[in-house]
Amino acid sequence: MQHKVIDSQDVVIRFAGDSGDGMQLTGSLFANMSAVFGNGLSTFPDYPAEIRAPKGTVSGVSGFQVHIGSHKVSTPGDYCDLLVAMNPAALKANAKWLGRTAMILVNGDAFDEAGLAKAGFSGDPFEELGVEDRTIIVAPINKLTQDSLADSGLDPQSILKCRNMFTLGMACYIYSRPLDYIYSYIEGKFAKKHPEMVSPNKKVVTDGFNYAAAIQAIPNTYKVEPAQLEKGRYRNITGNQAVAWGLIAAASKAGVPLFCGSYPITPATSILEELAIHKNLGVKTMQTEDEIAGICTAIGASFAGSLGVTTTSGPGLSLKSEALGLAVMTELPLVVVDVQRGGPCTGLPTKTEQSDLSEALYGRNGESPLVVMAASSPADCFDKAFLAAKIALEHMTPVLLLSEGFLGNGSEPWRIPEMADYPAICPPLAQPQEGPFHPFERNADTLVRSWAVPGREGLEHRVGGLEKNHFGVLSNDPDNHALMVRERAEKVARVAADLPPLTVDGPQEGDLLVVGWGGTAGHIHTAVETLRAEGLSVSYAHFSFINPLPPGTDAALSRFRRILVCELNSGQLAAWLRSSLPGHEYIQYNKVQGQTFLSVELADAIRRAL
Amino acid sequence: MKTYTLKDFKSDQQVRWCPGCGDYAVLAALQRALPKVCQEQGIGKEQVVVVSGIGCSSRLPYYMNTYGFHSIHGRATAIATGLKVANPSLSVWQATGDGDALAIGGNHFIHAIRRNIDLNIMLFNNRIYGMTKGQYSPTSRLGTVTKTSPYGTVEEPFNPGSLVLGSKGTFFARSLDVDVLLCEEIMLEASRHKGTSVMEFLTNCVIFNNGTHSDISAPQTRADRTIVLRDGQKMLFGSDRRKGLALDGWRLKVVTIGEDGVTEDDILTHHAHEDNLGLQMMLADMRWPEFPVALGVIRDVPAPTYEESVRVQCEEVAARSRVHTVDELLGSGAVWEVK
Repeated sequence: MQHKVIDSQDVVIRFAGDSGDGMQLTGSLFANMSAVFGNGLSTFPDYPAEIRAPKGTVSGVSGFQVHIGSHKVSTPGDYCDLLVAMNPAALKANAKWLGRTAMILVNGDAFDEAGLAKAGFSGDPFEELGVEDRTIIVAPINKLTQDSLADSGLDPQSILKCRNMFTLGMACYIYSRPLDYIYSYIEGKFAKKHPEMVSPNKKVVTDGFNYAAAIQAIPNTYKVEPAQLEKGRYRNITGNQAVAWGLIAAASKAGVPLFCGSYPITPATSILEELAIHKNLGVKTMQTEDEIAGICTAIGASFAGSLGVTTTSGPGLSLKSEALGLAVMTELPLVVVDVQRGGPCTGLPTKTEQSDLSEALYGRNGESPLVVMAASSPADCFDKAFLAAKIALEHMTPVLLLSEGFLGNGSEPWRIPEMADYPAICPPLAQPQEGPFHPFERNADTLVRSWAVPGREGLEHRVGGLEKNHFGVLSNDPDNHALMVRERAEKVARVAADLPPLTVDGPQEGDLLVVGWGGTAGHIHTAVETLRAEGLSVSYAHFSFINPLPPGTDAALSRFRRILVCELNSGQLAAWLRSSLPGHEYIQYNKVQGQTFLSVELADAIRRAL
Repeated sequence: MKTYTLKDFKSDQQVRWCPGCGDYAVLAALQRALPKVCQEQGIGKEQVVVVSGIGCSSRLPYYMNTYGFHSIHGRATAIATGLKVANPSLSVWQATGDGDALAIGGNHFIHAIRRNIDLNIMLFNNRIYGMTKGQYSPTSRLGTVTKTSPYGTVEEPFNPGSLVLGSKGTFFARSLDVDVLLCEEIMLEASRHKGTSVMEFLTNCVIFNNGTHSDISAPQTRADRTIVLRDGQKMLFGSDRRKGLALDGWRLKVVTIGEDGVTEDDILTHHAHEDNLGLQMMLADMRWPEFPVALGVIRDVPAPTYEESVRVQCEEVAARSRVHTVDELLGSGAVWEVK
């Protein structure tokens, strides 16, 4: 058989194994290596809620999908070209993600009778799954790893743990990746603390590479050239890291300290972890006793003159709702980041969804408006976190930034910006004045009150959850309450003046406008591009700002006969648009499976609606 | 440096507690204490912030001409925590009640104490929910008949002192509302203490729990039923100061000088600065009629505060970090160039 090296524009690889098999590390190493190589890249870890579910069972399978391309890549890909399955359960759990011409690489040593039984197979697993027509490579990876490291001096358990590196070596061969990056990673990780681990790890990954080259089972190898990306310095970044950095950047721009009070919750925890690292930049973080203390410490810090931030996921947002109302009432700057997961209640902690939108918009007692916005890709989390903080600080309002598990854990290359290119942030700090300070007097244009920080002489005042008048005096007066309710809503509505208008990608008028929000941007964009390549004319608009809606939304929608709202819930943006901008015909495409859209299913849905 | 008087701390808001409410006395004591606190600490009154939750006592910030935050039920401790950690130079005072601090806000209360945030927490304990018109609280005595316990409560109350000491609190003091001077005295001690200072004020709710503390607070019997503890002084009480506290094995007992051969040498001396909790816990737990109720500063021990440790950690990390700007942060780690 003639070995061929095939040039590919796109390759999707899914690494899957037991929770303890090291597949998240293997996947991220492959991804980072590809990023440095210059490929377009998008990743998505798909892991179970259990830290170590029973070994070898389907519920314990942890996966990491990497999409690399010779162009800018905007999703982790629908179906994979290579599935690495470290055991039968991993094969079973992921067979549905196999592309039609996919290659399957399995660890043959795990496909023994016991392993097959644990995954619920009774006969040939490939036949049972109906995937026997794919290219299947069965490699005795345990045995090969043991042989490779027989003289390493490591104990048998440590040797076996290195099998993910052997597998990574094989994947590197299949996709023509030089091993330099992996070598330098191994040195960086082990050289100081565990120098004895450096050469065994290098050896096992090299042996994996050479083994794949030596066997005849791999018909073709693939090459994905670097993408033509905009010039500049790049790094790989996850959504949660980008949120943390965006908040740090905004606080620095505004010249106020950053304070984050937060409680660990999947999939938002790594924002708190990331912020906690950066004490060098004056960031103060508190891991509080509960979700409520997270937001309340942040509100206290905002009152003290900091940018108060709290980070959470759906169940935590529910717990914070009363305190969110306090931030609305006291008109203090606050950023709440909700990295959404499947709900309701504990729901699907490690799976992605967009089902907290209604809670974000409405989930408080009384009339309690706040700014709701959403990030659309891992790297976009930086800009949106920066903007959320800018709006909160300049408009004296809580801002709820919706992210998604898919964005928070996913990563993509990011062109590193210069902070000089970002806009100034100017909080409305109260100035010393003659006579008493009236905390709820408003700027005539923006209706924003000014921010008087303890320590400033002559500006002593009281805020609180009870209704007050402009002077800050408690008031049960019916007309005053009506006025304050109206002004709080109008203040948030006027944030729209600072927002970029809604843009429509494609023809500016027509029969159908495809609409999405948040983290579905990449999938919808890919689907739209696919349809355009087929010669169809498709218009698409994506919402990053939901309350208030961006300027020009009504006009843009009115140029289309029907609006197809695509979202990962049962129709929450559609409901918001119907009530906010009636008079348009909205149709829906929804998915609530704890999974992202597939670009192919979106393309089908749009095709049907056209 | 400005000097202040009581008047400087009075806001223009009309005080709207019921006539005869014990909260007036604590407010008055705070307005008397704060000019001295500012003087001692060399701060202006703009450095003083009063935070509260929900309940009658939590209206207090509106009556103070300082920065103030009247927050939501139970959460004042968390809000005050964020405020103090964000700006450790502020003098933070918290008004809270037995329901606010010990029921809905119990979690924040014990965690602030555990972290030793430098807050001055004034816990108004009237053993009743007053603002919602008379339901039992976590400090209501067993059997208390209220609207939600028409046949008497069947649950044991918290003793705030044991809760504070059980959380290894660094400062606990107690006063009766009717003793404004003692209220002021413990406020001054609390302000000097670096860490969470919990002051329990036994206040009377004239409408829904009138006389709840009168067994010990009535003028004619107060001296015999309470004991004011001061560091380094003998634990003596009674109208003639002949009664005192002594140890009987592992327990405290009340003795009288001159009876059964007891001399002043047998009377214990109070050590508020002693780190060992044992005796302080027994003092905080004393209940009349077996014992006099302990007033004054029961515990006051030094310990690092959370916010100072955070501040120091920020400085230390900054000193050894190579990243000092956001641009440096964004360019740190694995970065590659596209040309």
